[in-house]
Amino acid sequence: MSDSVTDHPTATLPLDGWHRAAGARMVPFAGYAMPIQYSDGIIAEHEWTRGHAGLFDVSHMGQLTVSGAGAAAALEALLPADLQALAPGRMRYSLLLNEEGGVIDDLIVTNITDGAEPAYFLVVNGATKDGDVAHLRAHLPADVILTPLPEQALLALQGPEAALVLDRLFPGIATEIGFMEATSRMLGDVPVRIFRSGYTGEDGYELSIAAVEAVALADRLMAEAEVRPIGLGARDSLRLEAGLPLYGHDLDTGTDPVMTGLAFAISKARRANGGYPGADRITALLQGGAPIRRVGLVLEGRMAAREGSLVFAGEEQVGRVTSGGFSPTLGHPIALAFVDAAHAVPGTSLFAEVRGKRLPATVARPPFVPHRYYRKGEA
Amino acid sequence: MARYFTTEHEWIEVEGDTATIGITDHAQAQLGDLVFVEVPTAGTELVKGKEAGVVESVKAASDVYSPVSGTVTESNGALEEDPSLVNSGAEGEGWFFRLTIADPAELDGLMDEAAYKEYVAGLD
Repeated sequence: MSDSVTDHPTATLPLDGWHRAAGARMVPFAGYAMPIQYSDGIIAEHEWTRGHAGLFDVSHMGQLTVSGAGAAAALEALLPADLQALAPGRMRYSLLLNEEGGVIDDLIVTNITDGAEPAYFLVVNGATKDGDVAHLRAHLPADVILTPLPEQALLALQGPEAALVLDRLFPGIATEIGFMEATSRMLGDVPVRIFRSGYTGEDGYELSIAAVEAVALADRLMAEAEVRPIGLGARDSLRLEAGLPLYGHDLDTGTDPVMTGLAFAISKARRANGGYPGADRITALLQGGAPIRRVGLVLEGRMAAREGSLVFAGEEQVGRVTSGGFSPTLGHPIALAFVDAAHAVPGTSLFAEVRGKRLPATVARPPFVPHRYYRKGEA
Repeated sequence: MARYFTTEHEWIEVEGDTATIGITDHAQAQLGDLVFVEVPTAGTELVKGKEAGVVESVKAASDVYSPVSGTVTESNGALEEDPSLVNSGAEGEGWFFRLTIADPAELDGLMDEAAYKEYVAGLD
């Protein structure tokens, strides 16, 4: 047995003691001690989230606001979302890009304008948040105000029963906002920012609340029979089934929005008018097609192809796996990989090399497990 | 019959020149739910400290090393169908393989159960 977990000095989450009391095994991740699993185990937690409602502590993620009269235009110079067209209460998945069109981070931006002054709420990855803040500070004009919110916790409630549960705390919330919409409510005298979004492919919410109030909110949610705590392990297997990329693995500065299959994050108006970092290169990729593409791979048996596994077509190496693992829902391994465009068509038979073995792998279009988001007007 | 333990969290039960080998309960708890186990087939020549098999949890794959050198005589085929046997009975029906010990002197220096418990307690 070889243990790969190493000890680094780590910060603690607002819910650190809560996790330990709930039976969590804590591991270092993104600079924090985080719960990888609770006593139920990863597979049970995964299945619970697909069937009921899972509570995730994602307080390691970076929360910040960008505000001021010129906030939308200033952000549009750094990411390819059409913020001028993003109405208050609406959310967009976007990408912080460098001058070469490489992905500095992926994030969700919400228009939280309430009154005259435009304001945007950004949720960025935990491991990249310090770099993101430095990048934003270096590029935003002086009259646009960047405010990191390190005293805010972020909890996610995910699964088909999440809306039912949250509606007991915030009556009407089940139908008031749909997928990728946000609002604010009071829990007693505590303000809570509520986003209908997540990282599991299920319907669900992300809740931003003052860190000092996080334990009370977690306890309130755990008092509901439908809710169980879910660790990072199941968070990863859930997002992989949903085909959602993980920064630092499936995305980094060496990848661009087109090869990663994230071109949807480049809004129509921005495609036409450019003006975001790397626009020339990305426009060429959009028109000519990326030579390397993100695909899904479906494997047989139980042996997984994981990050770093090479992908072959016959004897020719045509790609590599960026994340992979066993899918509890499907009962076989799945993976995300970059492959040469000629081998990226769904149904193509390839091989993933694992410990010297060639495992048959069929190209598929993610998600591997269908998304079940709640979109207003579709219910 | 005697049972020994390694710092790599394998157990080895010795009866004459035959050894039965698996991973410890502590190891399965650390790994979490196992979804795949690869054990060496009969006839495989193993070398002490070298790779003997692989265990995969949802999160990661980990090597299993042979605590002694020898020739594999039998492997636990049930693990292929049901890797969770290792979670439910790591030191019993979740055994990995049996081998004929090449050099009994290699058992010197392995821990007994009390020493292993102390070793694990010191890890936290």
